[in-house]
Parts: sequence; structure tokens; C-alpha cells
Amino acid sequence: MINDIIAIIQDYWLLLLIGQYPNGPLGGLANTLILSALSIGLAFPFSILLALARLSKWSFLRWPVTVLVYVTRGVPLLMLILWSYFLVPLLTGADVPSFVTMLTTLVVYQAAFLSEVVRAGIVALGHGQMEAAKALGHGYFGAMRFVILPQALYNMIPSILSTFVSTIKDTTLGYVINVPDLTFAASQVNNQLLTQPFQVFLILAVIYYAICWSLTHVAYRLERRITRRRAGLTGVRPTAVIAPVKIVSEQL
Amino acid sequence: MTGFDLSEILTNPEFVAMLLHGIEMTFIIAIGSWLLAMTLAILLLALRFAPGRFGNAFVAGYVSYHRNVPTLVQLMLWYFGIFTLLPDWLTYWLASHNAEAIFAIIGLGLCQAAYFSEDLRSGLRSVSPGQMEAARALGHGYISAMRFVLMPQGVRNALPPLINHSVSLFKNSSLGVVIGASELTHAVKEIENLSFRTFEIYLIGTVLYLFFSLLIMAGGAYLTMRADPATRARA
Repeated sequence: MINDIIAIIQDYWLLLLIGQYPNGPLGGLANTLILSALSIGLAFPFSILLALARLSKWSFLRWPVTVLVYVTRGVPLLMLILWSYFLVPLLTGADVPSFVTMLTTLVVYQAAFLSEVVRAGIVALGHGQMEAAKALGHGYFGAMRFVILPQALYNMIPSILSTFVSTIKDTTLGYVINVPDLTFAASQVNNQLLTQPFQVFLILAVIYYAICWSLTHVAYRLERRITRRRAGLTGVRPTAVIAPVKIVSEQL
Repeated sequence: MTGFDLSEILTNPEFVAMLLHGIEMTFIIAIGSWLLAMTLAILLLALRFAPGRFGNAFVAGYVSYHRNVPTLVQLMLWYFGIFTLLPDWLTYWLASHNAEAIFAIIGLGLCQAAYFSEDLRSGLRSVSPGQMEAARALGHGYISAMRFVLMPQGVRNALPPLINHSVSLFKNSSLGVVIGASELTHAVKEIENLSFRTFEIYLIGTVLYLFFSLLIMAGGAYLTMRADPATRARA
């Protein structure tokens, strides 16, 4: 078993890493990471606009966004991918690569999810910040730009990172429309070997685990640091603050 | 192919039968894996609180694996990988008993158990430790204190995340299509191939998923309201 796994990695590591790149489209792990990074990068500015619209006092801005958020929360991502696969070529009138289809879906989907994160971040700051900024002579946009968003976004860094992790996991669904990502590369390997599906998919699972686990870990570390800084405990040793809480709650 | 026409699909008995079968299968997978997930989650929770470090480390590993590996990859590992490692008699038995749906239930259930057990754990952790001491002082044993004092409060705290994760479990049942389970998404794709009315059938599928998801969310909101002592009187 172990020998099989090592042999597969030795034979196919390049395919799993970059797909058939020099001779074909970029694929594999590289494409998975590019796709996730691009979708989060593009979804982020949209999510801020959506969050501001959802917090707006005008219902014609609030309603469409609320509907969008509920639709993305209530419909499987797979269904949305099928929609884009059908609609994107129809609307653009061009033969769109599956990578772009997947990117479009993920941007819409993650923008809706992130907008909830941004909204929570803004609401958590409380009214006082906005009122103080207005009292200092900022308009709505000035207050958002210089007072509210810098604080809200800083507090949200861990949530954004965990959204990035779920985006990496969501890119696997591109498999159904043949996006050349890591999952696709693994199923190519499986189709060539035919006899060792368990070994191939185990390798796939381990690769995803390694990436997502390390990112989750970074998010967790960042979250603790930010919580401490928010509480004004920058110089204090972390163990002194965190440890008693943990001991009490683990006594169950 | 002419303009938008839902009746083309909704008046065709064959398509309606396929849709109904899809909905039925989606519910079998969703409810089956929910029950499996909840049972496992409670077992995992018991292991987590059991004395000794082995149980704790095992559960931490279990949760970490299921949260960090994409659900689709877990399903593929089950259906394409582990299925082939089973002894022959079991493979035959499974193949003649809708193996796709069974593996969808196992894969989704095991995955969701990790989320449910973490939800329950954080719900229990926010119950004050004094509750356990008070229950013990009143003569409850550990199990009975858990059952009558801590769990009711813990589950109440854990309700919102549990409901969110139940909705995602329902949505994730659509992943069954990748391993060939004949659930709603599968039915939608089949009907698309037969009728060429892509827009109409996708719309029907989307509306059905949205309807059931919103129903679960609304049921969850009602439960949360009922469980909260502050709003119980109004419910």
C-alpha cells in the first residue's frame, strides 16, 4: 500500500502539481490555488458593496441583496455551477473556458457569503464609531472609508482566511464541469492507473488536508492575536490571559 | 425550441415522476446522513469528554480530517476508493442495494458528524461549570446530570449552528450526483438531457432546493425561539 502510494507520487507529482501545463492548460494544485485566490480577490470588493447595500436605509438597495444572500444560502453550489455553465456562454456569446465559468460562480457565491461576514464586522463595531466619525465632520463615505471599514476589515482577517479555505474546498466542485484543477488531475491519474483508486484519492485527500489545515491554523493564530490586540493586551503574555478560561471550560 | 414554457415539463408525467423520485432520494440521503451524523456526533462528544487522552486526540483528528478535506473528495474516496477494497460479498450486496445512495449517506454523515460534534461541544462549553457541580450536589450521577441538566442547556446554545449545518447538509446531498446517486440534481440533469429545456428545469430545481432550505431555516428559527426562555411565552 505505502509503496503504491510512493510510486504514484513519483510518477505523477508533476501532473498533480501543474496539470499538463507546458503541453496543455495549466491544471492541478497550481490551478486550484489560482482559482481560489482569484475568486476571493474578486469577491472581496463586491462583498463590501453588498454589505453596505444590505445595511443601507433604502429598501431598494437592501432587498435585492437580501434575496441574493438567501438564494446563495439556500441553493447548492452545484446548482449554481450548472446555472453558470448554461448562462455564461449564453450571455457573453462566446465559448467560455470552464475555468471562467467556475470563477464567475465562485465570485458570486463567495461575495454573498463574505458580505455577511463584512456586515457582521460592521455591526459588531457599534453605532458609536459612526456617530463619532460624523461628529468629526466625515460624510457617510468618508466615515466608512477612514473609520468603519479599516477597523471592521482588520477584525475580519481570520474570517476572510477561513472563507479562503472554504473556497479551496469549493473549487473541487469544478470537477462536474471539467475545470482542470487538483481533483480533475487526480481523476486523470486514476483513469490511467485504473487499479489503485483508493491510493490515488487518499493522496488527493492528504494534499487538500495539508493545505486547508495549515491555512486554518494560520487563521486561528491570527484570530487569537487580533482578539488580544482588540482587548488592549498587546504587551501581555498570552498564556496569562487565555489559559484560565480554557481550564475552566474544559472541566465539563 | 421556443420561448419559456414550464408546462412542457410540469405536464409531462415522465418528467414529474423523475422529479418526485429525485426529491424522495434527496430526502432519503439528507435525513439518513443527518441521523447518522447526529448519532456519531453524540458518540464523538462522549469520547471527547471521556477521561484519558486517547479519546480526545482521536476525536480531534477525526474532526480535523473531516473539516479540512473537501466533502466531494471524501465522497470520492468512499465511493471510488473504499468501495473497491471491500470483500466481494459486501460489494455485491451493496451494488444490488443502491450503493451510490448508501455511500452518499455514509460519506456525508461521517463528514457532518464532525461539524455537529463541534457545535454541540461549543454549546456545552458555554454552560457554566457550576451547573455540573450543582447537579452532582443534588444527587445526579454524571450521565443523569448530562442528560437532565447540561445537555438541555448545551443543545439550546448549539441550536443556531446546528441548524446552519443541517441546511448545508441538505445542500450537500446534491454532491451525490458526482458518485451517481439519483437525487434531485441528477433528475434535473436527466430531464435537461431529455427535454432540452435547460432554463425551465434548472429553475424548477433551484426553486425546489430553495424552498426546502428556507423551510429548514424557518423551522430552525421557530425551534430557536421556542428553546429560548426569553421568547418562549410568545411562541
